[in-house]
Amino acid sequence: MQQTVHKLLMSALFASLLAACSTTPTPDTGAPVEDRNVGAGTSGAATSGTTTGNVAGTATGSESNRLRDPNSILSKRSVYFEFDSYAVRDDYKPLIDAHARYLQGDKNGRMTIQGNTDERGSREYNIALGQRRADAVKKMMMLLGATDSQIETVSFGKEKPRNPGHDEGSWTENRRDDFVYRGE
Amino acid sequence: MTRSSARATWIFALLCLLTAGVARAQLTIEIVGGGATTIPIAIVPFAGDAYPLSTTAVVSADLARSGLFKVVDAGGVVPRPSRAEDVRYGDWTSRGADAVVVGGMTPQPDGRVEVRFALLDTVKQGQLAAVSYVVAPAQLRATAHRIADVIYEKLTGNAGVFSTRIAYIAKQGPRYELLVAEADGFNPQSIVSSNEPLLSPVWSPDGTRIAYVSLENKKPVVYVQSLSTGGRQVVANFRGSNSAPAWSPDSSRLVVTLTKDGGSQLYLMNADGSGVQRLTSSGGIDTEANFAADGRSILFTSDRGGSPQIYRLTLGSGAIERMTYDGSYNVSPRNLPDGRGFVFVRRDGGRFNIALQDFATRQVQVLTQGSLDESPSVAPNGKLIIYASETGGRGILAAVSSDGRVKQRLTAAASDVREPAWGPLLK
Repeated sequence: MQQTVHKLLMSALFASLLAACSTTPTPDTGAPVEDRNVGAGTSGAATSGTTTGNVAGTATGSESNRLRDPNSILSKRSVYFEFDSYAVRDDYKPLIDAHARYLQGDKNGRMTIQGNTDERGSREYNIALGQRRADAVKKMMMLLGATDSQIETVSFGKEKPRNPGHDEGSWTENRRDDFVYRGE
Repeated sequence: MTRSSARATWIFALLCLLTAGVARAQLTIEIVGGGATTIPIAIVPFAGDAYPLSTTAVVSADLARSGLFKVVDAGGVVPRPSRAEDVRYGDWTSRGADAVVVGGMTPQPDGRVEVRFALLDTVKQGQLAAVSYVVAPAQLRATAHRIADVIYEKLTGNAGVFSTRIAYIAKQGPRYELLVAEADGFNPQSIVSSNEPLLSPVWSPDGTRIAYVSLENKKPVVYVQSLSTGGRQVVANFRGSNSAPAWSPDSSRLVVTLTKDGGSQLYLMNADGSGVQRLTSSGGIDTEANFAADGRSILFTSDRGGSPQIYRLTLGSGAIERMTYDGSYNVSPRNLPDGRGFVFVRRDGGRFNIALQDFATRQVQVLTQGSLDESPSVAPNGKLIIYASETGGRGILAAVSSDGRVKQRLTAAASDVREPAWGPLLK
């Protein structure tokens, strides 16, 4: 009887230890799709394969193949920005155009654009700056065929840097929008 | 090993594990710069101060840490006085002390402790204060802070903040934790923890709730959490990003930055998120609202003029006035409680520092010398500003007095700490 009580006591203590580790459920943190190619997007959008018409819900079949095909411009998901700026650089326009046309062709397609900044300056001002970077690309995509309801824009400010370094190279990599399609 | 001592060992080990995470994020506070003048004071160990946490030591540490006192060695006076009438002033002036504190602690039949002290001016040879408290032993540390507050107020003329609490964010690896500790860094309590970033904690002025921003939903969302129950509610989760909460002085409303209408703008709402009302309409970024103590105006950051600067919105009239003109990046305004000015972050030549601007003269004084100083929060007596800084690539907190002289560094072992928020004075 005492053995059982002892075991129950230990189980309860372990359970409360685990519970005490966190007061909130911690959701799965799917990291944004990474694009290691810093610099100009490739020119001349080359989409392999044929489109298969409207696809309901999340990208499936050859649609998701196009999004993930390393030979397709659609697998590139990041646009980079100058310091203190949310102006979209000309060399990213082909990339943005390709994603806008993809959304135009798939009325059920949904994307989130996540805006990021480098580590310098106020956290809250950087939330707002990251949001402007995301909105700038969304606006361009809407001019190129995507609809308002297909794109959500959010900002991580400087909170989720891809590169934790404290130098120009790291900062450049972090001033960035990432495109994440629903279901990824 | 007997069964009961084995059980005791298990329980001890589990408690160590339970507290270890929070203990790693405990703040150690060191003085790195003292005030222009310091008051030499002797604090005689209280008679009967035999408890595990020495009350006298906490009083001494509080006063020394303020940077305004020089704690003089009180040893070697025999017999050791514990009452005002036992003090021989010559013993203390000969040690260079302008003031002396004596006291005693007496257990009561009901298990509580009577703590009494007297503060004397050795130069004028008179008593400045005498107070006694009857408290549970668990309240002895809090009582020491109250004693330090009385001494501080009598000798400086300003309210002490030793009984206040500080909130801050600690990051360790992938883990973020919002913690609330006593003003001396002790006893950090975890308010919320997450695998996603937490930022912008702000205390309701009545001290009962903290609003903060969490990225746990993969977008910035504003929460308000009760400190007594631990319960929390979402107060802003509109389309896009929701951030930068600011409490009204009566704790009934919040100004929050929302992007739901296309661009970061300021919105007023009730503390439960209802009754949303738009406050600003600029084509750019408006964020980082902060109420004045009289509730009549709000300072905020805006780039409506082409670069991030600080503006003031008068709530009654809706008039907006630009406050900062020097430099190309002035952000994160925080009103001083006496209404005479505000502190903010200023970028100059690539460095970010905390500065103070006087409303009447518009003069700016740069208070800090780091390279990445940010997130200032003003103590409720207006005398100290806590902020985030970095050293060797690691996030630390620091504090500076409003005249720039007293400097403190607050560090946590094995954690990056950031986003401090100084809690209110509570009656």
